Amino acid sequence: MKALIQKLVESIGPSGYESNVRELIKTEIGDAASNFQVDPLGSLLVRTGKKTAAGMRVMLSAHMDEIGVIATHIDENGFVRLTTVGGVSPRTCYGGRVIFVSGVHGVIGGDRPDSPTSMHSIEQLFIDVGATSRENCPVKVGDFAAFDRPFLDLGDRLVAKSMDDRIAVAILVETLRALKGKETPHELVFVFSTQEEVGLRGATAAAYGVDPDLGLSVDVTGVGDTPKGAKMEVGLGKGPAVKVRDGRMLADPRIVRWMVDTAEKAQLPYQLEVLEAGTTDAAAIQLARAGVPAGCMSIPCRYIHSPSEMVDYNDVTNCVRLLVELLSHPIELK
Amino acid sequence: MNPKTNSQQAPVLGAEAIALLERLSNAVAVSGDEGEVRAIVLEQVKPHADEVKVDALGNVLVTRKAKTKDALRIMLAAHMDEIGFMLVDEEEGGLYRFATVGGIDVRQLVGKPVWVGKQHQAGIIGARPIHLTKRDEREHSIPLDQLRIDLGLNGKAKVGDRATFATTFRQSGPSLVGKALDNRFGVATLIELLKQAPQNVDLLLAFTVQEEVGLRGVRVAAYAFAPDAAIAVDSTPAADLPMWDGSENSKFNCRLDGGPAIYVADSGTLSDPRLIRHLSQTGDELGIPYQFRQPGGGGTDAGAIHKTRSGVPSISVSVPGRYAHSAVLIGRLADWQNTFNLLHAGISRMNRVLFEQPR
Repeated sequence: MKALIQKLVESIGPSGYESNVRELIKTEIGDAASNFQVDPLGSLLVRTGKKTAAGMRVMLSAHMDEIGVIATHIDENGFVRLTTVGGVSPRTCYGGRVIFVSGVHGVIGGDRPDSPTSMHSIEQLFIDVGATSRENCPVKVGDFAAFDRPFLDLGDRLVAKSMDDRIAVAILVETLRALKGKETPHELVFVFSTQEEVGLRGATAAAYGVDPDLGLSVDVTGVGDTPKGAKMEVGLGKGPAVKVRDGRMLADPRIVRWMVDTAEKAQLPYQLEVLEAGTTDAAAIQLARAGVPAGCMSIPCRYIHSPSEMVDYNDVTNCVRLLVELLSHPIELK
Repeated sequence: MNPKTNSQQAPVLGAEAIALLERLSNAVAVSGDEGEVRAIVLEQVKPHADEVKVDALGNVLVTRKAKTKDALRIMLAAHMDEIGFMLVDEEEGGLYRFATVGGIDVRQLVGKPVWVGKQHQAGIIGARPIHLTKRDEREHSIPLDQLRIDLGLNGKAKVGDRATFATTFRQSGPSLVGKALDNRFGVATLIELLKQAPQNVDLLLAFTVQEEVGLRGVRVAAYAFAPDAAIAVDSTPAADLPMWDGSENSKFNCRLDGGPAIYVADSGTLSDPRLIRHLSQTGDELGIPYQFRQPGGGGTDAGAIHKTRSGVPSISVSVPGRYAHSAVLIGRLADWQNTFNLLHAGISRMNRVLFEQPR
């Protein structure tokens, strides 16, 4: 599975420009499914299984997009000013590298700071693509870029620029593969969504289109297991996290119980997650049409929205196992 | 104008169109009270539309069917409402306390004449004159709760009445000057597009309400139309003046005389890449000038449209204007004309193949 993860996390797909990721997912799913659809906002919908009397239409969602930057101005010396796509902190930018959707590479520099300790604002940063004038700059206003950083395999711990949320994309692809040939009473709609980082936009539209009986997103969540870190129970390597609530969603308690019971029955590790800020596609699914019971399975992740997001490989494989268990049997919400 | 454009016999926005823009600019339609502009829109669209409807929130929904079968359903949205004020309390002597409606910089209010209510009664947002103020008082702007609209002793208004800046439209050389050109530019553009409607698509025009207070009207309009794709037509600030210290202005948003501003990204929408390509290629091939609005904040009706139902590929195109959301906006006739031309040509060249292309 690490090879799949590496391919996914190293592909480039800032919000709104997820095509590379989408094509890669299609290739990786291969003949594990046959019903592919791209919706009007670019989300990839992959359907398997038929809804039986004991089954549901289940929407699973992992977002394809990643945070990035957009070129706003090319100055007379060919430096590119930028704005952000999604939650990018200037702290993680200076000295970093970006790659534009067009393939152009660049490094991030900044105006000379007022003092050695002051931090750049986004307005004070620029991208140097090696150009010397506005005319020979290969970037134009409106071009999108993502951060550029190779995949790092530390054994159990994996590091990449876009674990958020390609690790969940990899999990859903692997789950699809694992479910091939297995009996399931459900119609499963795997949604690889767009524009999550700018406000759950792809999932909002996809959930309306899918009209599911139950929704589950898979995304990363913060942790409290680093030195002087956040006060939070969740940590790396303790299993996938069952979300109880986050900044914009109260998970359906019946779904929380269903996930916890299934994990215990299958003797799979899990932890409970209460996240103070931030949210996932599940918040959008929950409010689609007349409302949908929704929950989220989270992968604990350190250094979220930095170019070095870290997850634990065992959490990833256990998440796949738990999802296969969850989706192979009739679901009783109680 | 480029000769290639002329050979296509591009429609022209002449004296009649400018007169319509003038009527629209002088009309008062603060968010939630758009009746005056709606009346003009209804009068203008009825002779040219297949279907006209005023929906539950007050949007005007106009359908003009294509001449071909299985045509794309293309929605165009322009908001009828403008920023302004609402009277919230009557005090003695014709003085009224008021609230702002939409994004208004309170620093700009002092000394401005206003029109109040359906009768456009003349009022003034006054302040103590310089003779009677101290130096340190003059270094701070006056907060909203200390400002009043003065209607004079004979003025009569009631709480809930709307007011707006008293700016009469005028044409000045290459420029069009007036209040509420954000977004009467868009409203007039949609009316002109209907009068010279491309025949290849079902044209779905939404003249929307309550955009300035949060894209409220367009949400239900887009739900009702359920279009294949959408373009929000609006006006966007041109902050293109030189910097006071001679440095390069890198945050101008867009420029006057640069042509229609095509949106790539704002705080509400990431434009569909196929529509960005389609409009910019249309401009390139027909020699219609255009510019990309600098990606960043702000938003248009597209922010609500694209998330409607199972999603709508969307984009925005704006007429540039200096001093947006103040008493006066200055735009250029040439920019408006080129906005109209780009939209007309862009829509005329749309077909289903466009949306089968990779993003």
